[in-house]
Amino acid sequence: MNLFRFFSKTQSAPAARERLQVLLAHERASAGGSDLVAKLKDEILRVISRHMQIDQDKVSVKMERGEQVSTLAVDVEIPFNAAKAAAGRKKAA
Amino acid sequence: MGKVIVVTSGKGGVGKTTSSAALGAALAQNGEKVVVVDFDVGLRNLDLVMGAERRVVYDLVNVIQGEAKLPQALIRDKRVETLYLLPASQTRDKDNLTPEGVEKVIAALKKAFDWVICDSPAGIERGATLAMRHADIAIVVTNPEVSSVRDSDRIIGLLDSKTLKAENGERMEKHLLLTRYDPARAERGDMLKVDDVLEILSIPLLGIIPESMDVLRASNLGSPVTLADEGSAPSRAYFDAVRRLKGEALPVTVPGERRSFFGKLFGRKAA
Repeated sequence: MNLFRFFSKTQSAPAARERLQVLLAHERASAGGSDLVAKLKDEILRVISRHMQIDQDKVSVKMERGEQVSTLAVDVEIPFNAAKAAAGRKKAA
Repeated sequence: MGKVIVVTSGKGGVGKTTSSAALGAALAQNGEKVVVVDFDVGLRNLDLVMGAERRVVYDLVNVIQGEAKLPQALIRDKRVETLYLLPASQTRDKDNLTPEGVEKVIAALKKAFDWVICDSPAGIERGATLAMRHADIAIVVTNPEVSSVRDSDRIIGLLDSKTLKAENGERMEKHLLLTRYDPARAERGDMLKVDDVLEILSIPLLGIIPESMDVLRASNLGSPVTLADEGSAPSRAYFDAVRRLKGEALPVTVPGERRSFFGKLFGRKAA
């Protein structure tokens, strides 16, 4: 049993190496102030807040930093009356 | 003019103080005049590791504040007469470490010693940035472990931007000292290998210090490992690191590894 576990257990060092390489590539880029994903996140949220009151609990921002591709998912719940309120504000202006 | 070395890492507990003491003692045993300076104000430990904890009268902050003269604060090692220690203050606030004060002390030490080794505190705050500020050479101490490697990467970034050398547009000489390395675990794939760390951090390798009971035993005794047991595996690795520091092209080998079969395969070029 022990012998089986010994052989079936995958090595952890390659995972450590890969995770570090991806992480540090991003951290080095952001040290120069060019973290595109973080910038996008900030600006997208700013644009949304211009049109509606953002309820922080109703916004989920997910960032996945990959080796070749990073993804940014902004999930905002827009209540029906928020859209109406925004339209009403525009008319008033 | 002596050379100023900073021993730094970002992460705590990786072996900065142990390495500062061991490298300092190894350099001094070669007849060079060495001072090891503790920058960890409030949490000093270099005095303890070097076995001088009961002889501390004045410290770095006393000198900076003008309460003591530099020669009064320097503690001469009882075993190696060219080795000195400048302890940190244990009670003062680290805000007492001023940039101007540190500059003066380092300038004075450079005139009197061949090597000034600055033992940096962990972190990236004032103590750490002041310890690296005047360095000619940086030794980045890293464990083969993800958080240590990440913090070392951060420190390398600071060495290239926040030091006098960097600000003057010069290149900071940086060396990697890989500590607590366990060749058996690395061979099994359960620990980052030397080449993994080197590839990620891409700075030249100064030495590999094996994980060893001898290091703990030496600190228990209050003796740098290079004085406590000169023939032990970590001591030999530190002595080799010192030879490389002085410019010798000595290939780096993984200590404790079977030389017969793997030895030749893993022989590495030095920095």
